[in-house]
Amino acid sequence: MEKVLMKGNEAIAEAAIQAGCRYFFGYPITPQNEIPAYMAKKLPKIGGTFLQAESEVSAINMVYGAAGAGARVMTSSSSPGISLKQEGISYIAGAELPCVIVNIVRGGPGLGGIQPAQSDYFQAVKGGGHGDYHLIVYAPSTLQEMVSLTMGAFDVADLYRNPVMILGDGMLGQMMEPVEFIKPPARELPKKEWATTGCDGTRETNIINSLYIDPAELEKKVEELYKKYELIKEQEVSYEEYNCENADIIVTAYGTTSRIVKSVIEMAKEEGINVGLIRPITLWPFPYEPISKYADKDHVKVFLSVEMSKGQMIEDVKLGVNGKKDVYFYGRTGGMVPTPDDILAEIRNIMKGVQ
Amino acid sequence: MTVVFEKPKALSEVPFHYCPGCTHGIIHRLVAEAIDDLNIQDKAIGVAPVGCSVFAYNYFACDMHEAAHGRAPAVATGIKRVLPDNIVFTYQGDGDLASIGAAEIVHAAARNENITVIFVNNAIYGMTGGQMAPTTLIGQVTTTSPYGRDPKLAGYPIKISEMLATLDGAYYVERVSVHDVKHIKQAKKAIKKAFENQVNNKGFSLIEVLSTCPTNWGMSPSESLDWVKDNMIPVYPLGVKKEGK
Repeated sequence: MEKVLMKGNEAIAEAAIQAGCRYFFGYPITPQNEIPAYMAKKLPKIGGTFLQAESEVSAINMVYGAAGAGARVMTSSSSPGISLKQEGISYIAGAELPCVIVNIVRGGPGLGGIQPAQSDYFQAVKGGGHGDYHLIVYAPSTLQEMVSLTMGAFDVADLYRNPVMILGDGMLGQMMEPVEFIKPPARELPKKEWATTGCDGTRETNIINSLYIDPAELEKKVEELYKKYELIKEQEVSYEEYNCENADIIVTAYGTTSRIVKSVIEMAKEEGINVGLIRPITLWPFPYEPISKYADKDHVKVFLSVEMSKGQMIEDVKLGVNGKKDVYFYGRTGGMVPTPDDILAEIRNIMKGVQ
Repeated sequence: MTVVFEKPKALSEVPFHYCPGCTHGIIHRLVAEAIDDLNIQDKAIGVAPVGCSVFAYNYFACDMHEAAHGRAPAVATGIKRVLPDNIVFTYQGDGDLASIGAAEIVHAAARNENITVIFVNNAIYGMTGGQMAPTTLIGQVTTTSPYGRDPKLAGYPIKISEMLATLDGAYYVERVSVHDVKHIKQAKKAIKKAFENQVNNKGFSLIEVLSTCPTNWGMSPSESLDWVKDNMIPVYPLGVKKEGK
């Protein structure tokens, strides 16, 4: 298949279409506007529906309805818009419906800015909406990965009947790279027998719902959800290990930040510092296992979490390290992207203290 | 023996939880009768609201989708866009539709979304214990307007049907009441027409049904029916507010 030069946001939209997504409900917000624009252009021509909702709240509830009706459906937004969508996301998770939600993160809190950030990590992986639930959260670091993860996300959503979030950032959304649209291996998916499609009496009526008035019933429901989450943790953890074998320091970073760290690794080598990178591809379920493995190794002296936030992923890194090594933090926020020099300087400082 | 009266097929074999004298039961029945009359039960997909009728998904014998407070028109939009040949309806109270879901209903109407909306207006929040609704009358006492609704403080009642009738997108908007037999018959006709419009792809239809809340109004069921007639209808006049051609 031919490589095409595309903008990140458009690559996500095209990947979704190629994965069979035919319904998109959204509301404009920078820096993800190319996604709805692409969908508005393409979907009507292939028998799909693009609808610009009156708000993010409505958009996610249209997704809720369309997912309930058995469709492959997606919405996209950026940080303040995703906050508004959290109500619907909680309902979708509670009703166990598959859908894909893209968050092209910008700086916050509040209206914040429009430059790239990773400050929605907590919101994406620790809840965001009310109640006990999890999204499956993918953090692509290249446009090619945005394509493959978006394509795979629809299958994963259908397989587990769970909303899946693609957590990008303004940098990934706006940059251009050559991409190839290669479908990941198809998964065997259950039929959507639960969908509200109209009942002619040949089955029980379907009810899509997340209300359990009886506390014992609700507890049972949440326990069932968590059994599913355990299965997802066993099956779906994804990460990249880079230069970790003899590393003195392991850096943890995802998305845009991890790309910068890869440059830092080469620069540090010239100074005799061996830097390894563990890059979570799934932020939930989080790859605790490789972090724990390297925390046990003698050659690894310390960990460093590099983020475009004020230290959110570091909490998961610390859970993985489990006190066996010190975990340092370097982060920029507000839409500031750390430079390789910034990160290298931080690594030099940390290693000075260690040696 | 000839059967002269029976439960509509589109209602499940489940007892309602509604308070004595509440007219939700009548309105449920009218919706189910319309579904039976048009023979669309197998195509019908209902969207249940938040509020007293939150369990509507247990009462209608068709596929049902529960929605968050006010979001039923958005959920119905999602369903209808995926399944345009199905008959999608929402059943919403005044707190749900006129307050937190005001944006959703306005824009579903503006899009002429081909759905049927049953809007039950009893001028009070029922399930949460009798608080003021956007439709609460001037001077009406509720737990959150204990001295009577004062428009200087709490604004004026929202006339949803009149408001939606101003939208080019809305196809059919009518206000009915179920306080006596004559009006129940008229309400049935309107509700059936609202579903028929969808079958015929005419677009957005909303029937506002004036309803009672004996429990939170602090009245007997029969006093409540009189209160609808004497106090609600003058503020919320009945009739067709808009009908497309």
